[in-house]
Formats: sequence, C-alpha cells, structure tokens
Amino acid sequence: MLLQTDNITKTYQLDGIKVHALRGVSLGIEKGEFVAVMGPSGSGKSTLMHILGALDTPTSGSYFLEGKDVSQASDEALSEVRNQKIGFVFQAYNLLPRATALKNVITPLIYAGVGKKERVRRAKEVLISVGLGDRLENRPNQLSGGEIQRVAIARALVTNPSVILADEPTGNLDTKSGDELMKILQGLNESGHTIIVVTHEAYIAEYAKRIIHLRDGEVVDGL
Amino acid sequence: MDFEETLSTSFEALILNKTRTALSVLGIVVGIASVIALITLGQGSQKAISDQIESLGSNLLTVMPGAQVMGSVRSYMGSVTTLTYEDAKAIAKSPQITAVEAVSAELIRNTQVVAGRANTNTMITGVMPAYAQIRKLEMESGVFISQRDLDSQTKVAVLGPQTVSDLFGEGTDPVGENIRINKINFRVVGVTESKGGGGFFNQDDVVFIPLTTAQKQVFGQDHVNTISIAAKNEELMEQAQNEVGYLLLTLHNLPEPEQADFSIMSQEDIIGAMTEVTSTFTALLSGIAAISLLVGGIGIMNIMLVTVIERTREIGLRKALGAKKKDIVAQFLVESVILTGAGGLLGIILGTLISLALVKMIGVPWTFSFNSYLLASGVSAIIGIVFGFYPAYKASNLSPIEALRYE
Ligand SMILES: Nc1ncnc2c1ncn2[C@@H]1O[C@H](COP(=O)(O)OP(=O)(O)OP(=O)(O)O)[C@@H](O)[C@H]1O
Ligand SMILES: [Mg+2]
Repeated sequence: MLLQTDNITKTYQLDGIKVHALRGVSLGIEKGEFVAVMGPSGSGKSTLMHILGALDTPTSGSYFLEGKDVSQASDEALSEVRNQKIGFVFQAYNLLPRATALKNVITPLIYAGVGKKERVRRAKEVLISVGLGDRLENRPNQLSGGEIQRVAIARALVTNPSVILADEPTGNLDTKSGDELMKILQGLNESGHTIIVVTHEAYIAEYAKRIIHLRDGEVVDGL
Repeated sequence: MDFEETLSTSFEALILNKTRTALSVLGIVVGIASVIALITLGQGSQKAISDQIESLGSNLLTVMPGAQVMGSVRSYMGSVTTLTYEDAKAIAKSPQITAVEAVSAELIRNTQVVAGRANTNTMITGVMPAYAQIRKLEMESGVFISQRDLDSQTKVAVLGPQTVSDLFGEGTDPVGENIRINKINFRVVGVTESKGGGGFFNQDDVVFIPLTTAQKQVFGQDHVNTISIAAKNEELMEQAQNEVGYLLLTLHNLPEPEQADFSIMSQEDIIGAMTEVTSTFTALLSGIAAISLLVGGIGIMNIMLVTVIERTREIGLRKALGAKKKDIVAQFLVESVILTGAGGLLGIILGTLISLALVKMIGVPWTFSFNSYLLASGVSAIIGIVFGFYPAYKASNLSPIEALRYE
C-alpha cells in the first residue's frame, strides 16, 4: 500500500462551534492508481487532500505514507515529506507570480538541495514533457490558464514524487483545456505515477480508474 | 536552500517595490550618516583642542580661580574672583619660588573693537610683558606690551593677525594706527605672528593691552581671570606647581591645601578636561543619533511586516513546495539585512560628505576614523537582523493552508 489512512478525523473550531470536516476516513491507495475524489461542496475533499499531502495533520487517526506514520510528524518533517514525496497541483494561485515558468519548476528542487545545473536540466526536461518547451521564460501573467496548470504539473513532477495530488486542477479551465490537462495526467499515470484528483465534474472523473465519493466527511463509495 | 537563490529572490522582491524600498532605508541612511558625521566632528574638535593647547608649550602652568573640581574647568571663565594682579607679582618676586621662569596674569573680556568704520568682536586680553615669552608669541611687526606700559597704564594695543585683517584688511601694517575699545582710544604698537588654528580656538583673533589698563581703565575689575606660569623646564613642573600653590595659600590666608580657592593646571590637565567636555558632547549627540537609528529600525520592521502580509500566499506556496521554517526566516532576514546594509552604506557615504563639509565650515581637522565606519556597518547589519527577525519569524510560522487560503 502506497498510502493508507486509518479512521482519520478533522475537526475545525469556528467561533466555538465544532465543524467536523472529516468523520473517520479509512482508505488505502496502491502505487500506480489513478483515483478521482468526488462529492458535494463542503464534503471534506480538500481537507482530505491537505492531510494526504502533508499540508495538515488529522485531529485523530493515523496516516501512513510509504509505511511511515506522518500524522504526528513535526513541522520540519512535514516540509520534507511535501518536498520529496508529494507533488501538488492547486486550483488557483499555483505559481510564484514574479518567477518565470522555469524558475517556478526549479523552486522545489532548490528546497531539495539539488545542484544548480542539475535542477535547470531536470526542470527543462519536465517542462518539455508537458509541452511547454517554448514557454520557459514566460511569467504567469504571460501564460494561459491551461499553460499555468501544465507548469504546475511540471513542478509537481520534477521532484519525482510518490504521489501527485491535484485539487480541482481543471476548476478554472474550459472543457478543452481541462481535457488536455487530464490527458497529461493520464499519460503520467500510464508511465507509472500515482495520481489523486479532486473534481466536481463527471467527465473529469472518467479519466480515473477508481472514484471515491465523499459526503459529510465520510467515504460513501469507492473503497 | 542555497544562499545565492535566497539572495537573488530577495533582490527581485526589493527591486519590485523601488519606492517603498528607498523610503524604508531612509531612516537608516539618516541615522548612520549622523553617527558618522558626529563622530568625525567630535574627534576633529578634540584634535583641534589638543593641538592648540600643546602648541602653547609643555612647561606652561595655568592658575585659575576657584577650587578644582575633578576633571572640570567650570570656573575657567566663571565669576570667581579670587586671583589678583598682586598674586602674580608676588609669584614673580618671592624668594621661595625657584622653579618659575616667567609669570603673567590675564584679564580676558570679549568686547567690540572699532577702527575707523570697521569693527569686530574679539578677545581683549589684559596681559603682563612676560605673556609673550610664556605663550611663545613672536612679533610680526612693532613691539609687545612693556613693563613701562604696565606701570603707567598706557593705552597701547598689540593685535593678533586675524584682528588686523578684520579691522584694517589683510596684509596691512597697522602699527601707529588707533583703535577704540569701550570708547577709549588705543595706539597700536605691534602685531603678533600667526599661531594658527581656526574656528572656536582661533588664537589669532585677539587684542592684547596692558593688564593694568584693562583692569583700571577699560573694565573696572580688580581680579584677573588666569595667571600663566612658565616653569624653568619640564622636569620642574611639579616643583613649580607646589611652590606656587603654597605661596598662594599663604597670600590668601588659607592654612589647608583643601581650602584652596584656585587651581593650578598643566596643559595635560587642561587637555584632559577639555577632552572630557567634548566626549560628553559627542556621547550626547551620538545618543540622539542612536535614537534615530532605532526609529529607522522600526521603520524597517514595519515595512517587512507589510511585506510578509502581502506575500502570505507566496509563503504558503513555498511551504507547500517544501520550504522549511528556516528557509522562510532566511528569506526575509536576508531581505531586511540587504535593506539596512544598503542604508548603512549610503549613510556612510552621506555622513562622510557631511562631515567633510562641516569640518571645513568649523575649521577643525578632518580625522578618518576606521572604527566609526566599522561601528556604522556593524550597527546597520545588526538593525537588519534584530528588526527583521520578528517579521521573518512571523512569516515562517504561517500554516501553508491558511497562507494559501489568504485573500
Ligand atoms: N480552516 C477552516 N476552519 C473552519 N472550517 C473549515 C476550515 N476549512 C474547511 N472547513 C470546513 O470543513 C468542511 C469541509 O471543507 P472542504 O474545504 O474540505 O470541502 P470541499 O469538499 O473541498 O468543498 P469544495 O468542493 O467547495 O471545495 C466545510 O464545511 C468547511 O466549511
Ligand atoms: Mg475544496
């Protein structure tokens, strides 16, 4: 099992009222899977992704990534997990606004301590692989929405992570660009990458091999 | 994360907000510039003072009215009136005094002097003939005050070169001309050679008249301000000091040395006291400069806090990509140190220019003080670290999700 959650819950305190975003989620995902997470707004999809991505820790329960329990890891250790094992694609505000596409893709490698020449080489390679070989020096405001998301995929990919997590990556795109993006993710999955995508839209979920349905912080289908 | 990247990211961020960056370093620039200017000026005037006093000779003792307060020359020009012409005459004549070569008493007043239509405010100094010998004054032309002038209270004057050029124009020989002090006519009988020095301590801006004339006819005073004594040589300074001290105690009917109503100081004592005055002054001004640096530092902190808030999402994204707390702290610390470092550098340049201008204006020597430059650079770097730390720490503690969510 690549990653496994064991009865994780997440409870937020909002003005003294407890919000139960996750109420005991247990699921396992194998290496090489392509999973879509669906569910109505507020059902806890993003919360689950944040925990799977080591951006946040669960209120209770445990989360194993490649056999290691990261649910109680320190801030420092979580940074390392995010850097080395996770590739993130967000819905919006994905890129450093002042940096070029190349610089954006290089950034995680800087934090990983990869040498200067090597990181430029690897960043160029992945950018070319997502079809942006001629957009290396463009800044985000000189890129289309679809291109921005492809840069984000390149950045997620460049560290060669264990899993790529995408939270509504096509949310701001039209159908055509959304399809293009999903085809890239599908290609990555075919070459062995594990991918988890959150989406509202059925045609996006079609690309996945397995769909997990969440409702009110619980998995209702797809285990 | 490597330093080169941190540095270039910081520069990019700072260049993006040029106006803000410039404004935020202004406080540091002003603070450092004033520190540099004040230190240079303080040291320059200290050097000017000691140069001047040293030029008077190392065997000179000065008797001043009033008890000696440790390291203070408070009574120098004060209102204490315990010394008289008779004291000076007694020192000159007494058989107990063996180590003294020459004695002169002086009465000094700042007064308006008029010659024809020209006038100037200068130091009128009533002196005895021995004054020229004690102060190593040479004559440019004419003669100095004589014993006959002193005995018969003649109205003759000897001018310093600065006074000559103020009253008669540079390069003229005023011997034989008349000047008026307090509406009394004086005949100029001599001009002294320049002793150099400018600004506060211009020894050339002076008019000498016989002490008796100054006391009885011009100012109506019975006391004198100082008695200058030349010891026979440097080795006899202490003996001269003791002899004069005991004689004055006897003359003033004081049985115990602790009761002395005068103090006898060597040139070294005076330099020490003056240095103390200027150091206190310098310290005071430096305190003010330090406050301006503090204000500058708070300005930097303020800007850095705004920057952190503005870049909340960027910080969140960087953390999501694997930046550790220390990476974020380094990022913002480097930015604030660049700010204060640049401010410090500009301040050093500006301060040097200001001090060069001031030194020229006031007429004290310009002294290069490596220490003050080192101090200024160190202080500005420390300000960057101290005042940059809180914003940097705040940035590093942002949770990545909260930061990404931030609108
Ligand atoms: N920081 C927070 N503080 C308080 N409540 C929160 C916080 N984050 C999420 N929640 C709540 O937790 C619940 C789950 O939120 P989550 O963002 O995971 O939903 P989602 O399934 O991603 O929804 P959407 O499809 O709209 O993105 C919601 O009720 C939300 O209001
Ligand atoms: Mg969501």
